[in-house]
Amino acid sequence: MLFSGRLDAPGVARLWDTAVKTVKKAGQGKIRIDLESVDYMDMAGATFISYLSRLSGRTPTEQSDFVTGVKKEFAPLLELAQKSKNEALAPPPKVSYIEKTGEDLVTFLEDAKMFITMVGEITVALFSCLKNPSRVRWADTWMVAERSGVNALPIVALISFIVGLVMAFQAAIPMRMFGAEIYVANLIGIAMIRELGPLMTAIVLAGRSASAFAAEIGTMKINEEIDALTVMGMEPVRFLIVPRVIAATLITPLLTVFSNFVGILGGMVVILSLGYPPIAYYNQVVGFVSWEDLAGGLVKCFVFGLLIAATGCIRGYQTLRGPSAVGDATTRAVVSSIILVAVFDGIFSIIFFYLGI
Amino acid sequence: MMNETIINVRHLFAGYNNNAIMEDLNFDIQSGEVFVILGGSGCGKSTVLKHMIGLVPPVSGQILIHGEDMVTARGQERNRLLAGIGVAFQNGALFGSMTVLENIMLPLIEFTDLPREAIEAIARVKLDLVDMGHALYLLPDELSGGMKKRAAIARAMALDPAILFLDEPSAGLDPLTSAELDRLILELAGSLKITFVIVTHELDSILAISDRVIMLGKEEKGIIAQGDPKKLKVDPSNPYVYNFFNRNP
Repeated sequence: MLFSGRLDAPGVARLWDTAVKTVKKAGQGKIRIDLESVDYMDMAGATFISYLSRLSGRTPTEQSDFVTGVKKEFAPLLELAQKSKNEALAPPPKVSYIEKTGEDLVTFLEDAKMFITMVGEITVALFSCLKNPSRVRWADTWMVAERSGVNALPIVALISFIVGLVMAFQAAIPMRMFGAEIYVANLIGIAMIRELGPLMTAIVLAGRSASAFAAEIGTMKINEEIDALTVMGMEPVRFLIVPRVIAATLITPLLTVFSNFVGILGGMVVILSLGYPPIAYYNQVVGFVSWEDLAGGLVKCFVFGLLIAATGCIRGYQTLRGPSAVGDATTRAVVSSIILVAVFDGIFSIIFFYLGI
Repeated sequence: MMNETIINVRHLFAGYNNNAIMEDLNFDIQSGEVFVILGGSGCGKSTVLKHMIGLVPPVSGQILIHGEDMVTARGQERNRLLAGIGVAFQNGALFGSMTVLENIMLPLIEFTDLPREAIEAIARVKLDLVDMGHALYLLPDELSGGMKKRAAIARAMALDPAILFLDEPSAGLDPLTSAELDRLILELAGSLKITFVIVTHELDSILAISDRVIMLGKEEKGIIAQGDPKKLKVDPSNPYVYNFFNRNP
């Protein structure tokens, strides 16, 4: 087989299939390669010749039988390529479905165990701080409260206003058929204050703050900052998690009150457009919604705040090594928070039902 | 082989956002040489490297690679210039979701028409060259610092570039691993005739591997010394350079 021209990647790409077939067809030890007319060769070309040499059954020491006409400048390249073992080192065996399921189950149980342990640690740290409030890092707490609370006002306002507006529009259509448009106010008032205000606030917080907590703490974990805190004798839970949990737990009810107000305002826009005066809407809402409804919503969102902050921090704390670790922790923080909020919302609905609230 | 000029840097003002930290740099790099850019911490050597590899545009000036200007090259011309160089970053910058072998195969898959079998064979040879043939299926996370750097050099060599740029190759490595990496660089420069442009301030490595150095001065905003590092080490005419090479505070 006589090669000429350039034996670089594009040249090898053109020759590979034909050359491999020819060598295989010729059988072991029955073909020679002449490189006398080759003008240029790089490692791609040298690897190609070495590959063909092995394919023809020659050991590296027998290469001179197989390859002739090698120019002086290409000899070291061929030597390097021949030196490479290039053996088919077997890739690691694929894990079977049963093993994979078992591994996933073990990972899930370990994760659950760690989550429960962390919940315990956070609870102990919170009680310890309750007994001795000076142990709380208040400066950090207010900073987190500002970032998670004050800075979240525009997005909470936007979402709540749109939810109130859309719900009022949707409700007004069937209610109009019965001449009962004004009762849209009752619907908006009760739905926002009991359910949607807390829920919308919680979802915004889960997307915004749980992810931020997980990313912050996860990055600190990867940068060994948490290890540094531990070896300096500072408890990472008290130092990092407690301020975030306290801040989020305090600001969630405040954000919820704001969300309730803006959502009801969104509904009012629809009622006004139907020709009712604002005072009629106000009277309808105030007359229908009780203080118990408001209190129930606020208790609920207090728990939501606690759950979201704790989940975000725990997921951040569980961050593993690797480039995608922080991203994974953030995703898990948001997903876990939303699931927990939904589950606890259901639990609260049952409790409120039996309490007659 | 060390006769043809492969890189010309002309009136380079290095820096970011029109703020030059190095002014009017002029130097040439010959084909096949191991060329080191050195200087104290924060003097701007990595910035100069980033300009040379086309990652960050300089404030002004020309960087001619094979006579074509990396600064102004766009589209196909720029891609052709980039295909002729390989870069190994300080921390390896291996893609974390891929095995070592897949990291090396990636440029070959993207930029050549080679069949899969050929790509794998070439990637294995490159990994054997840097003595990483045993770690094909490991993820970057499972590698030590030295292994990451060697794998990064193998990836930088995947497309057989004529020039390899290495950013702080010895940083954070123990003396033995660092010496092993120096040996590898010399071996590759000798056998593959690759031109190495290395940014470092590891004196032992500089003295062991470099044919020529330029030293950048932060205060002077330019080249304060250039030439053979072994001569610079014993030349007391510039006290800063002399003290730098002899570790005199």
